[in-house]
Amino acid sequence: MESPAVEISDLVKRYGRTTAIDGLTLGAARGAVTAILGPNGAGKTSTIEICEGFRKADGGTVRVLGLDPSRPELRARVGVMPQAGGVPPAARCGEWLRLMSRFHAHPLDPAALLERLGLSEHARTPYRRMSGGQQQRVSLAASVIGRPELVFLDEPTAGLDPQARHACWELVGDLRAAGVSVVLTTHHMDEAEKLSDRVVIIDRGRVVADGTPASLTGAERQLRFRARPGLALDELLTALPSGSAAKESPSGHYIIEGQVVPELLATVTTWCAAEGVTADDLSIERRTLEDVFLELTGRELR
Amino acid sequence: MTTLDLTPAPGAAPLSRMVLAQTGAEIRATLRNGEQLLLTLIIPVLLLVGFSAAPLVNVGGGSRVDFVTPGVLALAVMSTAFTGQAIATGFERRYGVLKRLGATPLSRTGLMLAKTLAVVAVEALQIAILCVVALVLGWSPTGSPFAAALLLLLGTAAFSGLGLLMAGTLRAEATLAGANLVYLVLLGCGGVVFPLSVFPDSVEPALRLLPISALTGGLRSVLTSGAGLPLGAVLVLVAWAALTLGLASRTFRWE
Repeated sequence: MESPAVEISDLVKRYGRTTAIDGLTLGAARGAVTAILGPNGAGKTSTIEICEGFRKADGGTVRVLGLDPSRPELRARVGVMPQAGGVPPAARCGEWLRLMSRFHAHPLDPAALLERLGLSEHARTPYRRMSGGQQQRVSLAASVIGRPELVFLDEPTAGLDPQARHACWELVGDLRAAGVSVVLTTHHMDEAEKLSDRVVIIDRGRVVADGTPASLTGAERQLRFRARPGLALDELLTALPSGSAAKESPSGHYIIEGQVVPELLATVTTWCAAEGVTADDLSIERRTLEDVFLELTGRELR
Repeated sequence: MTTLDLTPAPGAAPLSRMVLAQTGAEIRATLRNGEQLLLTLIIPVLLLVGFSAAPLVNVGGGSRVDFVTPGVLALAVMSTAFTGQAIATGFERRYGVLKRLGATPLSRTGLMLAKTLAVVAVEALQIAILCVVALVLGWSPTGSPFAAALLLLLGTAAFSGLGLLMAGTLRAEATLAGANLVYLVLLGCGGVVFPLSVFPDSVEPALRLLPISALTGGLRSVLTSGAGLPLGAVLVLVAWAALTLGLASRTFRWE
């Protein structure tokens, strides 16, 4: 049987006295997009860098395409996009991609890749003169140029404008369609929800949730609206069927949870009318991944 | 929009293609870098012309250009193999380039091979230019060109080891400052344009053990005096090369 793209069990990584990864276990299937989510310092980059062979684990086992990450034959089979840097500041981006392509047996055409990522005009621009978003795209291009089986993308859309972000998403979608396994880290919940087959949320070096975006957000729906902050929800609660919950989070954003049936909607709108409130953006939807994320990892700043 | 065939087709290119591609990139980066060119070409040419034309130092009899040229050839090797390579590699480490290259099929051995080839290619260019300038100034070399080439290669190994030792252990800024400082000190005390005899007798023997003095002294004895391969100089250079390359390979940090 073909081994999974990535298989991590009981991974431990320490930096001095800090334990960055504390018994982390996760797997990424072949041909799927797996997103690793987590607050800053959760251990995302450390995990990815151990998979890429850049760092050594202090405990546990890691297998990439069934092999130890230090195996040299993986270098040709795995594409890597680091979180930042990795390109000489004076190198022209077209030259850099051509150089990267020469390391591989059946590379993509660098010019076609530049065009695809909207960088054709900048082929002769030195890396240091490019905007942050353009630099990110050069890095992304370099990660796929060797036609790898698996790519690791560490925050691929950080600092990208909306157009570039969509171009990146599209490329990830095409990679998946072509049968490439993708493991990416991100802070953007919408990105994880849209792109990935599987989401792994990690916090303090451990997995706190793992599943498809739909299974994590659950089947339960909720009613949301915006209105002026500080409405008296107690009154509403008495009117709602038992088992319902209502909260204001964050300020001015109201969420009603419970059996979302027509009566619930009627009760809420009647109450709003009585309060003299117009509910903006009234909608019935599932919990978002962001709700799940904040529930699991807390709201405090790290 | 162009369609790209992203279907996996992984595979490393043949080692020779990877190494040549990386060598080309390294040479281009060196020749495009203004500060690097100042150090590797402009300063050696100016020293060669200046010290050959004007009676700035007492070279004890013989022709000034015959004395200065071997020193400037040694300086050219030091500027590329040591100063240039140390600074470039130090910043590649700092910008994560070495780490990124480590994630490609190009092995570390391949990368080191490419760096060495690039250094040798740039040196060949420097030496060609300096020889032409020296010949125009009336340089009349004697001795075996093979002995001179061997000394230049040993010097390259010793200076590369020293440069990589700094680049792989110090911060990039410290390497930048340190490599320039060492360049200046060795330029002054290594017999490049001033003969070692200008120094007091108490320090002269110690100065003779510097890699730059071994290289300038060795090249002078071959090219100016027509002597055979100078074993003393060869020994000093081999010892420096073994020591610095050995230490560098143990201590080099790739990120």
